[in-house]
Amino acid sequence: MMTRVAFPPRWPARLGWLALAGYAAYASTSLDFTWKRLVAGIDHGARFMARLWPPDLAPDRMELLASGLAESLQIAIIATAVGVMVALPLGMAAARNLAPLPVAWSARALIALLRTFHPVIVAILFVKAVGFGALAGILALIVASLGFLSRLVAEAVEEVSMQPVEALRATGASSLSIVVMSVLPQVMPRFIGFSAYQLDSNLRNSALVGLVGGGGIGATLFTAFQRFDYDFVLTIVIAVVAVVMLGEIASGFMRRLFQ
Amino acid sequence: MAAPQQPAGSVADRTLVIRHLHKEYLAGEPVLRDLSLTVPGHGVTAVIGPSGTGKSTLIRCINRLVDPTSGEIMFRGQDLARLSGRALRLARRRIGMVFQEYNLVERLSVIENVLCGRLGYLPVWRAWLRRFPAVDIDRAFDLLDAAGLGEFATQRADQLSGGQRQRVGIARALMQEPDLLLADEPTSSLDPKTSVEIMELIASRAAERSIPVMINIHNVELARRFADRIIGLARGEIVFDGPPGALEESHLVRIYGGEGWLE
Repeated sequence: MMTRVAFPPRWPARLGWLALAGYAAYASTSLDFTWKRLVAGIDHGARFMARLWPPDLAPDRMELLASGLAESLQIAIIATAVGVMVALPLGMAAARNLAPLPVAWSARALIALLRTFHPVIVAILFVKAVGFGALAGILALIVASLGFLSRLVAEAVEEVSMQPVEALRATGASSLSIVVMSVLPQVMPRFIGFSAYQLDSNLRNSALVGLVGGGGIGATLFTAFQRFDYDFVLTIVIAVVAVVMLGEIASGFMRRLFQ
Repeated sequence: MAAPQQPAGSVADRTLVIRHLHKEYLAGEPVLRDLSLTVPGHGVTAVIGPSGTGKSTLIRCINRLVDPTSGEIMFRGQDLARLSGRALRLARRRIGMVFQEYNLVERLSVIENVLCGRLGYLPVWRAWLRRFPAVDIDRAFDLLDAAGLGEFATQRADQLSGGQRQRVGIARALMQEPDLLLADEPTSSLDPKTSVEIMELIASRAAERSIPVMINIHNVELARRFADRIIGLARGEIVFDGPPGALEESHLVRIYGGEGWLE
């Protein structure tokens, strides 16, 4: 009698894992990823950590910190607001169940383009284009927000129940009225959730784009590093962590409010 | 004070005349085959037949949720099959439709769902801001009161039971002040008692307004009880057309096939 096999070996998967492990091993040798360097690095790290403490709380530094944080907050809020307003129509245009196909595909291509690069790379481009400062940071985060939000809007719209859409079409409503009365109500709660998440994420990324010249607390942080003011660096890091946590709480609250 | 009989197909008359209606979703596989039918401008016309026989397609061709492949659908002096764009929207405003799954916007309130019946008459910004004309709001409340749902007006539609939702669906269709009421299996998702109530509601509201109703239904008993005329559809063709009294077992065998299910 033949033994029946319930779980046949999957050779493609096994070979895939083997190849991945092999390549990782090869790559680590070619990149000088060695134990010796890791130990030396820990040593450097320990000395750096020692110089961080205690955080610098001098009044002039606190002033710098406050203005940097305020600018980051403004960057995040402006970018989110613009992103939210543009993402809704752009996302709808990209939904294949509502928009005519050529429109949907063009919108999808645009969204893919917006999502191609990490916000930091986009920020570098904008710093080159419009110069150092908050404007570059805002533009970079608008691009990031648009890419993320409009893609999620498109997906949410594609999952909408078409039954009420059909019913409103049968009443003789125009396409826009149908969208307003049957698509938006279905998408809105999720959209508000996405927007809250995006505000949260813009808050974090606003520190990041500052590092490459996009203004805000990131710029303050970068300057502190350059001047070896490591104690001030620690102050900034603590402040950023606090703000990000507050942002997370606020966005969670916002999501609950609109469920 | 009945209006003098108008010639069929004229603007004032509500007779629906379907001629040579043909529909293929896939080339070479017709769902409706050269179907011709006149639905009188009053009373309930029930279309019975097995699932997948084209009942839904037929009713959806009339308000053009489905585009016919060929044929004519004459109603109030227009060929509905040829309309497009704005003209089609204007024609749809005068045709109410009730759906099997109610097709309400679940996240909107009951009264908003009823007011959706007026969307064809409103610019989009008024819909967006919920600035419906006061007359419409009054009528919506009246329709809800008449359906016994007045107290639910501001509740969300997803909090209602199936029967209540269907009443809202009917109110939305009546809100259009239609010249024709279409119903696609309006009772198939409901229990037997609620089904009868819903059929009563549809038949009585249509009679009050003296508008014709065309209703798809697979429950033969309900069709017999509420229809003035029954059309039997099988494989995309009409195989029975007559008053409920004339519908016999031999017809049901022709419509549904087989015999074992008929006791």
